[in-house]
Amino acid sequence: MSPETLFRRITDYANRADPYPLYAELREHGVTRQEDGRYLVGTYYEINALLHDPRVSSDLRNRTAPDPEFQPPEGGLPSFIGLDDPEHHRLRGLAMRQFGPPHTPGRVDALRDDIARIAGELADRLRGKDRLDLVDDFAFPLPVTVICDLLGVPEEDVQQMHLWADTAIKSLDFAPGEDPGPRRRASQEARVAMGAYLGELAAKRRGHPTGDMLSGLVNDDGPDGRLTEVELMVTTVLLLIAGHETTVNLITNGMLTLLRHPEELERLRAHPELMPSAVEELLRYEPPVQFLPQRTPLTDIEVGGVTVPKGVPLILVLASGNRDPLRFPDADRFDPTREDNQHFGFGSGIHNCFGAPLARIETQIALTTLLHGLDTPRLLEDPPPYRTSPVLRGSRHLPLAQAADGVQAGR
Amino acid sequence: MSRDPWDGRIVIVGASLAGLRAAETLRAEGFAGELTIVGDEPHPPYDRPPLSKQVLLGRARAEDCVLPARRETGATWKLGVRAAGLDGDGRQVILANGEHLPYDRLLIATGTRARPWPQPEEAALDGVFTVRTMEDAGRLAERLDAGPRRVLVIGAGFTGSEIASACRERGLAVTVAERGPAPLIGALGGTVGSWAAELHRSHGVDLRCGVTVTALRGSGGRLTGAELSDGSALDVDVAVVALGAVRNTEWLADSGLAAGPKGVACDAGCRVVDMYGIVTDDVFVAGDVARFPHPLFQYQFLALEHWGNAVAQAEVAAHNMISRGRERRPHLSVPAFWSSQFGLNIKSVGVPTFSDQVVIAQGSPEERRLVAVYGYQGRVTAAVTVNSAKSLEHYEELICTGAPFPPGPDAADHVPGREPEPSDVPDPRGLTHGPTVALTGHLPDRRLVVLRPGG
Repeated sequence: MSPETLFRRITDYANRADPYPLYAELREHGVTRQEDGRYLVGTYYEINALLHDPRVSSDLRNRTAPDPEFQPPEGGLPSFIGLDDPEHHRLRGLAMRQFGPPHTPGRVDALRDDIARIAGELADRLRGKDRLDLVDDFAFPLPVTVICDLLGVPEEDVQQMHLWADTAIKSLDFAPGEDPGPRRRASQEARVAMGAYLGELAAKRRGHPTGDMLSGLVNDDGPDGRLTEVELMVTTVLLLIAGHETTVNLITNGMLTLLRHPEELERLRAHPELMPSAVEELLRYEPPVQFLPQRTPLTDIEVGGVTVPKGVPLILVLASGNRDPLRFPDADRFDPTREDNQHFGFGSGIHNCFGAPLARIETQIALTTLLHGLDTPRLLEDPPPYRTSPVLRGSRHLPLAQAADGVQAGR
Repeated sequence: MSRDPWDGRIVIVGASLAGLRAAETLRAEGFAGELTIVGDEPHPPYDRPPLSKQVLLGRARAEDCVLPARRETGATWKLGVRAAGLDGDGRQVILANGEHLPYDRLLIATGTRARPWPQPEEAALDGVFTVRTMEDAGRLAERLDAGPRRVLVIGAGFTGSEIASACRERGLAVTVAERGPAPLIGALGGTVGSWAAELHRSHGVDLRCGVTVTALRGSGGRLTGAELSDGSALDVDVAVVALGAVRNTEWLADSGLAAGPKGVACDAGCRVVDMYGIVTDDVFVAGDVARFPHPLFQYQFLALEHWGNAVAQAEVAAHNMISRGRERRPHLSVPAFWSSQFGLNIKSVGVPTFSDQVVIAQGSPEERRLVAVYGYQGRVTAAVTVNSAKSLEHYEELICTGAPFPPGPDAADHVPGREPEPSDVPDPRGLTHGPTVALTGHLPDRRLVVLRPGG
């Protein structure tokens, strides 16, 4: 088939369960212009160059023609994921000040015990169930509870946050032929509602800090000042959504991959110290963000022998770069002990995943808990049913069976 | 030499970053023979970058700056003993305690030491410090804890600037004396240097450029003050001598190798060159003490006092020590280093002093974040980022491919109106401190032309 149709085929839901052969085809063709004028890049070194190129914008307002599939939120300010430096640098810096070193070095580590407790409680509820859905019963509730805990959202509102977040990411869905209008409006409404809620919560924390990130954001006067109220809403909505959906997919894709590689699953059960390296390999092998759809060259940029014109949609297919045999030996093999694993699971460059340290810890703890909590789990459907989004790719359900007699095998 | 490259005896002289990483690489790549590591300090390898940063701020203790081992080396460690000589024909290292260590292959990784204050009596005054070793940093941190009235930092290179920054962060009064016209100028040139000068002053440093310290004064064995070349005098109870580094090559004086004050010359595969310019096959060098030819900089010999270079070069040297012919690899990595001072993260890639022009391609001093790109005869040769380190890889690629300079105004955060200006690289002889990146010419060593009789 023509390489010009690759983007259409990658976003086609029929290929959601296994897009990897399409990525291989993409790599064969190098930097590829699509029938609708988009440019696709799927080779590691070219993606890497573009991720670090200061002439590549993340701000959709730099597109020559508005993208029919991806629109910036109407009327609103983009969050820092959709902005360039210096604005991106300022906003991300203000958020990072409350999340990581050097100003807040202990924040993520302090969540370890909480994450282990929440994961343990969720796993306890699975004990003795002969059938379960790993997504609804475990992978969804864990990250949303953790991100709410981090930001300072009270427990009784966690479910509401979860519903909003779920609706909000529908704007990243792809259903060619379908009218994206209603989906996009619902997404926008969810973001607005979530922003209003978080803005109100932040106002309560002003002057009454409770030790969480939201309290830090409204009470700390750093050298670069504070977020405005609108910036605060947009930024916290971003953190909540991004900290939620991607981690769900990472945990789900992780369990699915381990169940497809039973010898590796057994090895990790016996050697939990391999888990950090296994999570890195999962980020390479089945990354929760498959491609970055929002980049735009600010000038004609030459990459891989092709000139990508100024202002066109430039799609960086991270999941394809992760399987590039020129970078990763035996790239299609899942190897939890892989060395030199500089994957794009968290992207790279200035927009490198903000929450990466948290996602790593959450997934390590989640998978370790599941390996010891589930009793000889089996996949009931392979491939499982996928969610529609080709960007945030993951299974909607992961139906599993486990031995119900309570006697754990292999322990 | 044992016929099997994975067997035999390897001696590594130098027990710091390069020595340790080389030993680990040798084992990782299958060296199964005897491995001996000699170090003149009594400690196992430790990490030096924090010594002028976190340790002086009191955030870390000097003795906690360990270098995590990547793997077991199974080496015999001879610590606290200096190498005193090398018998290349007899293939043995002579130690200061008289011991002879035979080898089949040798790695020289003796690094550098702090350049001492030139007047020994003044240098011996209580209150005069250098910062190179764990003990140096620990003692200085203790003295800063005691709250001195004023600290004098002699030399405004990277180490001197970091020390001044740490003192200001502690709220101590600091004077910095630099012989050149601005701080960091030896590494980054005058354009960036003049910004560094503003940075010092806006953080309350009493910065004095174009002056030298002519004398340190003491009373009862304790430092009490300093005299400057402009006729002024200072009351200080702590003086930190940050005049750059001296390469530890004296022990090689009679070795017949191309070793001198500029370092130990080698080929691109880290094989040491002898005084006639002929490459040896059993002596290798890595780290701060090495000078190696680099194709990106007209094949001039490059000497780098950089953490990353020590690691990369040690890995290449170790690989080549146990490889034959075509399996050997060149050490071609692009120089890179970092510094943190006055709340800024500064990173550099390439050789900023190998330049005639510089342009601010992203950000601006006003934003407290920028990328300065350096060019030489119309191609990009270096970049320095301030609080913008994630752009570094892009510029490294421009350096490697000899991309045209200036790089164009298309970066998202380019500030219009910034034009290339002279990079204003000074003659290193006009500086107080030695450069941490040095282009040292094309010849292996002066010994090529000045033969000195042995003994």
